[in-house]
Amino acid sequence: MAIDWFPLWLSLRVAFLSTILACAVGLWIAYWLAFREFRFRDTIDALVTLPLVLPPTVLGYYLLVLLGRNSFIGKAYEAVTGGPLVFTWQAAVIAAFIHSLPLLVKSTRSALEAVNPNIARAARSLGSSEWRLFSRIILPLSLRPVLAAAAIAFARALGDFGVTIMIAGNIPGRTQTIAVAIYDAVESNNGDLARTLVLVISAVALFILWIANRLAPRQTT
Amino acid sequence: MILARIKKAFPPGKDSAAFTIDADFRTDAPVTVLFGESGSGKTLTLDAIAGFVRPDEGRVMINDDLLFDGATGVHLPPQARRCGYVFQNYALFPNMTLRQNLEFAAEFRPKLDRHRKVNEMLELFRLADIAGRKPHELSGGQKQRCSIARALLAEPRVLLLDEPAQGLDATLRAELHVVLRKVRAAFTTPIVMVTHDLDEAFALGDRMFIYQAGRILQQGTPTEIFDRPASLAVARQLGVYNLLEAEVLTLDPGRNTSTLRYADFDLQGPYLPGKFKGDHVWVCVRPEELRPSVRTARPGMGQVAVQLERATPRPGAMRLEFDRDLVADINRDDYERNRHLKDWILDFPTSSLRVL
Repeated sequence: MAIDWFPLWLSLRVAFLSTILACAVGLWIAYWLAFREFRFRDTIDALVTLPLVLPPTVLGYYLLVLLGRNSFIGKAYEAVTGGPLVFTWQAAVIAAFIHSLPLLVKSTRSALEAVNPNIARAARSLGSSEWRLFSRIILPLSLRPVLAAAAIAFARALGDFGVTIMIAGNIPGRTQTIAVAIYDAVESNNGDLARTLVLVISAVALFILWIANRLAPRQTT
Repeated sequence: MILARIKKAFPPGKDSAAFTIDADFRTDAPVTVLFGESGSGKTLTLDAIAGFVRPDEGRVMINDDLLFDGATGVHLPPQARRCGYVFQNYALFPNMTLRQNLEFAAEFRPKLDRHRKVNEMLELFRLADIAGRKPHELSGGQKQRCSIARALLAEPRVLLLDEPAQGLDATLRAELHVVLRKVRAAFTTPIVMVTHDLDEAFALGDRMFIYQAGRILQQGTPTEIFDRPASLAVARQLGVYNLLEAEVLTLDPGRNTSTLRYADFDLQGPYLPGKFKGDHVWVCVRPEELRPSVRTARPGMGQVAVQLERATPRPGAMRLEFDRDLVADINRDDYERNRHLKDWILDFPTSSLRVL
């Protein structure tokens, strides 16, 4: 039996891009939640955590409304790129990003909070900007746990099903990620394919978790 | 001139009672000392000056610059305040060498100038030989010097030190005092430091503020406060007095004297303006001003009969602890001659009595 490996490569690519996106956004959110006092901190915290507890279909629905062809963002995207955003592999990246962001924010926030708060205060009293404080001191001090969190976020992005199928659909060879392909294989009674893909994705996930565990325990403060 | 008029209420927390700070603080001394027990609001005052804490109301000014004003909503971020802060645990950046720590503070300067300035500081604070080490490889004293040098490199308007001597042994403490005197001589930056060590307040402070429970009880030079504590609370804070509750028996403005009854003994004090016969007053007397001697006769005017309970050696003297919670110092020879005796008399010289 010839196995189509496209879903695996697509999933890896989607997970990689969404992890980079999640790190760029999530680290900054985590930093602000950990080190800054501002008025809507609890609200932002709750909003960021929401995707962790909402059913994936609900998240997918929200995203369809937000990014669909009739939405402002959807129209803007279409005007720039010439094609719709939904039901493309780019939409799968967004789905994976939304799915993994809360986890990344939660765990990097606790890593950042482990840094002595007086270190941040000292840097600020020396006139340092927030960016310089973050990039030169806080991030280097919490690099290992942050990388571990990124690895977990990657693993989670790899496994997203619900949100992906809502906004990227199940188009073989275009938007069919490995989680969706497994569902498809089971539905169409293709047991061999399902078994192979399940084993492969399990092995990849285990490997990533092993890396994350290697990174996590040693924390510098 | 540093002005901090701050008011802030903290609701009771999980493991803390409600606390309100209401301090009005103004100083133009080279070294200002905030003195008081822990939790009295000293560090909070520093934090409000540095911008780490936003008071509910009040105003913070350094020279002519407004840093915080509750009424108009001005609240500069710490970055814009230029307040050098030396933390209790030094807060050096652990991922950087000592030199990099200093460079971080001087990055606003052009490169050549920065290099020169950092080197100057390394020399001045005797850190040049160890500039390549990371903070965890430094001793407490070195970390402290680095932390002070780093704060000064940013050219602060004021240097704030939070209990700099906390956790240092006597040698390092003395070294710190030398460093701070050096800073005082070499820089024009005014220093505000928190301490609960009276010796330190005396060694370094030009002006002293006594804090208790979020309020300032008294301010003045350390000597002024020591000689004339304003209240019982201040005397208790300083912790170096015998405190006696006495009744005013007579008042004689003509001869500038008064008679005070303490237990069954009469003490002669100075005239007490504003007091009346029968008033109860607190009298404080420093241990080194009392004159203990062996009791051979009934105590007369200005004398109190006491029983010796304990004697502990102190540098240069013996400290005698008597019943009635009285403490006096005596030289070692006088003590050795009479160490077996229990009955003593304490002489209270008129000039030693400070009535609160």
